[in-house]
Amino acid sequence: MATAASPMAQVRKQGLSRAALARRVGSLAIYALLSVGALGMMMPFLYSFSTSLKRNVFAFEFPPQLIPLHPTLQNYVEAWTSNNFQLYFWNSLIVATLTMLLSLVVASTQAYAFARLRFPGKNAVFMLYLITMMIPSTVMILPQFVLARTFGLLNSLPALVVVYVAGGIPFQTFMLRGFFESLPRELEESAYIDGANRFVIFSRIALPLAKPALGTLAIFSFLGAWDEFTWALTVINDVGKRTLPIAIRLFQGQHATQWGLVFAASMIAIVPVMVVFVAFQKYFVRGIAAGAVKG
Amino acid sequence: MSVDGVATHAHPSAPGFPAGRRPGPWHPSRQERQEALAALAFLLPGLIWFLLWTAYPLLKSFWMSFFHWQILGGSTFAGLAHYARAFADPVIRTALENTLLYAVLSVPGQILFGFLVAALLDSITKGKVFFRVLYYIPVISSWVVVSLIFMYLFHSEGLMNYVLVDLTHFLPRHVPWLSQRGTALLVIALLGTWKGIGWSMLLFLAALQGIPSEVVEAASTDGAGGWQIATRVKLPLLRPMLMFQVVMLTIGAFQAFIQFYIMTGGGPMNQTQVFLTYMYKQAFDFYDFGYASAISFLLAAVILAISVVQMRFFRQDYEY
Repeated sequence: MATAASPMAQVRKQGLSRAALARRVGSLAIYALLSVGALGMMMPFLYSFSTSLKRNVFAFEFPPQLIPLHPTLQNYVEAWTSNNFQLYFWNSLIVATLTMLLSLVVASTQAYAFARLRFPGKNAVFMLYLITMMIPSTVMILPQFVLARTFGLLNSLPALVVVYVAGGIPFQTFMLRGFFESLPRELEESAYIDGANRFVIFSRIALPLAKPALGTLAIFSFLGAWDEFTWALTVINDVGKRTLPIAIRLFQGQHATQWGLVFAASMIAIVPVMVVFVAFQKYFVRGIAAGAVKG
Repeated sequence: MSVDGVATHAHPSAPGFPAGRRPGPWHPSRQERQEALAALAFLLPGLIWFLLWTAYPLLKSFWMSFFHWQILGGSTFAGLAHYARAFADPVIRTALENTLLYAVLSVPGQILFGFLVAALLDSITKGKVFFRVLYYIPVISSWVVVSLIFMYLFHSEGLMNYVLVDLTHFLPRHVPWLSQRGTALLVIALLGTWKGIGWSMLLFLAALQGIPSEVVEAASTDGAGGWQIATRVKLPLLRPMLMFQVVMLTIGAFQAFIQFYIMTGGGPMNQTQVFLTYMYKQAFDFYDFGYASAISFLLAAVILAISVVQMRFFRQDYEY
């Protein structure tokens, strides 16, 4: 048969209808598009990661190599052991951890009051929170600086924590309130009728049920503090009190031409973030889908 | 999911749970008083924290913008002098232009690509999480690090010049991307777009998955194809989400600071200043806190005005 060699006939022989073939080709095209796009999105990271594995003389080699010809970990060793880098890493870790813990306490207690308790002025306070969510945080940075100075907090890690927690309060309260309201109230009501006080109800019943939302909040507040730059730049002058974003920025200033070193330091700072993100991405998605943090 | 609930009032009370109290004088019963006291205890730590470190600085900043502010005391009243100065300051004009350009160049791309990726991801089953993670990674990466990466890519000896000049001969000679106004804005907007696609994608994806399957099935039985369903059925339903993103991303673009501060520092000769880099310069290079406060309030006013206009423009109520 003359048509036996045509592709469609072969396909029919294999039991595939025209529609199924179209679907398969379509889905292949979708995966191809998504892969090309993802590669494009990852390219800046891949290329700078590659540079972090090159000796500095190869940072602007010609032609550029995506895969280093002579890979070395020397930049990582040098970044990690020089310029107080480990100290900065711990500073960041301490600040981010404290911010996360305090945010959890403050936001959950407030959100619970807004979701479950009646009190005068409730709507007014809540509106105040909503309004400040719309105002750029940088507007407050100068008075915050003056305030930190008044309290003798300039050049200190607590100054960072205090402002990071404060900055998160409106949004986190808003988000958690929504979550508490979505929980069934019967459990809490029956506990109340049984004579449990509100603090017990909050800590024993409501909080455990809110674990997923608290997880989301924990991750966001941790990463927010870990990445924050502007306030830290403003309030920290001491070499020993720097956090990673500040340190990396100055690293680039000091070693203007040592890109390998700069990116080794950068990778040390962002890889933990990526690991946390990949491990908990389910919570991220939930939080962002709830109208959460913007980039 | 109530994404656009941000701007609305608290929703109506659940049964048996009056939200807030009715207008009129408060005559609490003993139980009501107890409840209010408990609420106070729950509220107080966060409220004090918020009042001291957010509400007070906000008011104080407004106050400071009317003074020749001296950080060590001895400030003198300036009236509207700072605002008058801002309106006459050519750098403010440049900053406004640059900020607008940055918004115009970066917001549509984020939304367009975000939507495309979301639509593609919505149509596959295997590997969804994998791709979602990859596209979202730039969003969670620190602004400092990604700014440095883009500085390196667009270095005059860097990869982009190699690709555009040496490899493809698309451009005649190496471009000093970050040391001239036009190309610097372009590169920073590209960075902003790249970093924001994932956020937009995730929100669109959530919205797409929130569309009731009956709606899609009905269109499908009526003979609509995949493309028609996407553009005629889903897209109109995504309108509130689109509005939310346009507003949030524009606000975000107007608050751009780190990428400009690191990549150009506002230079050369103030040509790439945006509101916040200029505000920061006035505050911490010249210690002119009064003027800097006035600039930041002008920015807040601009942001507010733009959000109101955008919300008006997009307002159109949809019912599923």
